[in-house]
Amino acid sequence: MYVVIVGGGKVGYHLAKALLEDGHEVLLIERDRARCERLEAELGDIVLRGDGCEVSVLAAAGLNRADMVVAVTGDDEDNLVVCQVAKARFQVPRTVARINNPKNDEVFHRLGIDHTVNATDAILAHIEQEVPVHALIHLLSMRGGGLEMVEVRVPAHAAVVGKRLKEILLPQQSIVALIIEEDGTPKPPDPETVIHADDKVVVVTRRENEEALRDILTSPARYGPYGPLVAPR
Amino acid sequence: MKVIIMGCGRVGAELAAQLDQEGHQVTVLDINPDAFRRLPPDFKGRRVVGNGIDQDVLRRIGVAEADVFIAVTQGDNRNVMAAQIAKHIFNVPRAICRIYDPVREEIYRDLGLETYSPTRTTVGRLKEMALREPVPRRE
Repeated sequence: MYVVIVGGGKVGYHLAKALLEDGHEVLLIERDRARCERLEAELGDIVLRGDGCEVSVLAAAGLNRADMVVAVTGDDEDNLVVCQVAKARFQVPRTVARINNPKNDEVFHRLGIDHTVNATDAILAHIEQEVPVHALIHLLSMRGGGLEMVEVRVPAHAAVVGKRLKEILLPQQSIVALIIEEDGTPKPPDPETVIHADDKVVVVTRRENEEALRDILTSPARYGPYGPLVAPR
Repeated sequence: MKVIIMGCGRVGAELAAQLDQEGHQVTVLDINPDAFRRLPPDFKGRRVVGNGIDQDVLRRIGVAEADVFIAVTQGDNRNVMAAQIAKHIFNVPRAICRIYDPVREEIYRDLGLETYSPTRTTVGRLKEMALREPVPRRE
């Protein structure tokens, strides 16, 4: 496949390298002279210096026989124009644009770009996975047994604040392994240990009990959808 | 008419001033607040700092109610993108953009944008001035 890449930054460089390794024909268009020289020294004679938004540059790149154009500069508007010109003037069958503003996703599709790649959204998705808004973090997943070790931060408004561990009704097969106090002191729990606001409670539990566990340790209510959260006095 | 002008350079500012004088409701958009110094002191329109290729900004300034959108920043691609967002996402009845590059201008004219290329126009006019007969005699 003949792939033309516009933009010789980090994304363009690694993309070109990967495609070359897979045996594709690649041409990389970059505006900056010094960067072109570095790219050429590393990747060989596959670099064209010029503005990839210019029709003359795209013609010199042999765009009319390109199977795909990938625009990965740091500017959304440039990536849009590269792809639109590639389609309108050179009938390139597939165009891919990198977008930086996630909200441009819809705009690009409405304006005829085949694919968009959106690093911001991809990273956001990872962050949300790593730091769930629900204050429950996976520490360890024990394969086979369906058991997990999770950490839950106890918010100040939670009903369990001020309660002793033995008063808290954890889901079945859940064991509090450790309590980390707000200042970072780890405390091995016993039934008399009192839970404070901002404690981190490390629990070994079954995967299917995660939600119930989170509810018990964070909800301000004494009763949840799973029954009483705190033992009645 | 409600007119939104993106880019408060020489052209944008002068256009905004004239349309304002003639009684139109003008909003000028620029990413650089310093650019508004080019507007005359009696300019009655709105000055908004923001990026015209950002949908959220366009929505906030009410582009959906505008009659005309004119993109005259220094960047051809920015103009092209903003005009297309105005036309295709917000259905502005008239979206005009300046494109210096005559080749790109032709492409986007074919794609249905109302385009203007100062390069093409200026070259035409200069040629006409240079070649008009008779050439004055050299002393």
